[in-house]
Amino acid sequence: MSPLFLFLSFVALLSALGVVFAKNPIHSVLFLILTFFSLSGHYLLLNAQFLAAVNIIVYAGAIMVLFLFVIMFLNLNVDTEPHKPALAKIAAAIAGGSLFVIMIVALRDIQLPAVNGTTFDSQIGMVDKLGMVLFTTYKLPFELASILLLVAMVGAVMLGKRETGERHF
Amino acid sequence: MIELPALGWQSIVIFVVFAVSLLIATYCTYAERVIAAFLQDRVGPDRAGPYGLAQPLADAVKMFTKEEFFPGGANKALFVFGPCLAMITALMSSAVIPFGNNISFGNNAFFLQGIEVNIGMLWVFGVVSLGVYGVMIGGWASNNKFSLLGAIRAASQNISYELAMGLSLIAVLMISGTLSLREITIQQSIPGEWAMWNIVRQPLGFIIFLVCAFAETNRTPFDLPECETELVGGYHTEYSSMKLGLYLFSEYVNIFVVSAVMSVLYFGGFNFPFQYELRDWLASSQGWELASAQNLITALGTVLLFGKIFAFIFFFMWIRWTLPRFRYDQLMRLGWTILIPLAVVNILITGGLITFGVIK
Repeated sequence: MSPLFLFLSFVALLSALGVVFAKNPIHSVLFLILTFFSLSGHYLLLNAQFLAAVNIIVYAGAIMVLFLFVIMFLNLNVDTEPHKPALAKIAAAIAGGSLFVIMIVALRDIQLPAVNGTTFDSQIGMVDKLGMVLFTTYKLPFELASILLLVAMVGAVMLGKRETGERHF
Repeated sequence: MIELPALGWQSIVIFVVFAVSLLIATYCTYAERVIAAFLQDRVGPDRAGPYGLAQPLADAVKMFTKEEFFPGGANKALFVFGPCLAMITALMSSAVIPFGNNISFGNNAFFLQGIEVNIGMLWVFGVVSLGVYGVMIGGWASNNKFSLLGAIRAASQNISYELAMGLSLIAVLMISGTLSLREITIQQSIPGEWAMWNIVRQPLGFIIFLVCAFAETNRTPFDLPECETELVGGYHTEYSSMKLGLYLFSEYVNIFVVSAVMSVLYFGGFNFPFQYELRDWLASSQGWELASAQNLITALGTVLLFGKIFAFIFFFMWIRWTLPRFRYDQLMRLGWTILIPLAVVNILITGGLITFGVIK
């Protein structure tokens, strides 16, 4: 394990814990952005540059901006923080803890598929290789997903479009 | 043992690019005032130094020595973090821009580019999309409703115009077939072939990109996040001293970077007409070595690239002092109902032209 990997994992885990433990929701969102950055760093270590860039553009650049946006509007602070009953807290702790235990048990004996160093293609995560796979093997799912996104965008434009007789200013 | 990459020519290039972008941003503040004065038939700054050339230094001294003020109830850590983030994201994107072709000393060839990655365009796009965090965090941490309104305007404006910007970039990608900014530049000038700059093949895409660039850098006519008549100072209402300076500065660095990106994507980057003819003429009839002739071409290309960048920066300032500000609903309508459909149509046209072999 390279020191860079250890460092990125450390940052990822620490900021992920920060998301959960931060009192201020804005701090939680910022920690989540930091988590996405360290995950992008992991993608870069795995030589998946395209995935790293898209992760930052889509998650850190667009989705988290909307998160931050909504949370700023909500004006959450200590005074308005809802206090949950102790029973809910205990139930949440037991549920989360058992999920954690189950995951440790499931992942403990996992056998990672061996990678042959001589035949492994280190360029597999590059954008041209990824594009070839997407446009040949996974052509139909790829096209369906792109149509779905286009429909969503057209829908957003239609919702924002002014209808006749609606002008107020 | 941590293997750090050796400090090679790339780090020197990055350092020089860093220094040059700061220097250009400094003198953009001067240029903005001089151009504003010219357009409004005034004198402009002419007190500090010859022709007022020391004005940016005087401004910097003023900024650094002013009182540092923290508004009551502000989140101090994030209040300081906001302008830092704005500056960092502004400076990061220039790393992948090819400022020149290769220069060779003996057997070593150097490229005047910080890092060459095969996702160069996505890097620029990703870093630009992060730029809004500096504004949002600063605006929220100020604990002031005008700052928050400015921050929210900035966020929604940037997200909306990023879509049209990305769609106009896709058309360039379809022509070039690569995300690497150096490859895109080199494709715009193939030796022995009359290859045109992308502006000829993508006029509509360039106009969409230009409008989005104005919106992304929060420049007039789209400077709604810092609209004085409605929001006092927008997201930097509560800022003073150098923290305000960093916000103003990062805007100029952003203008520099976006001008460089436009020059590279649409205006041939470091290419200029008849460069290969000039190189071959120097090498064949003037008795130059091919390598030194190439070095001269590279140097000329870098100078001309900066010329193109300065022309764009001038254009940004010219627009600022000519056009009035949009209204916020007009801005959103322009982005969502005009620019995005236009960009989709541009993609369709480009696809059709590629299919029928008109452009390749």
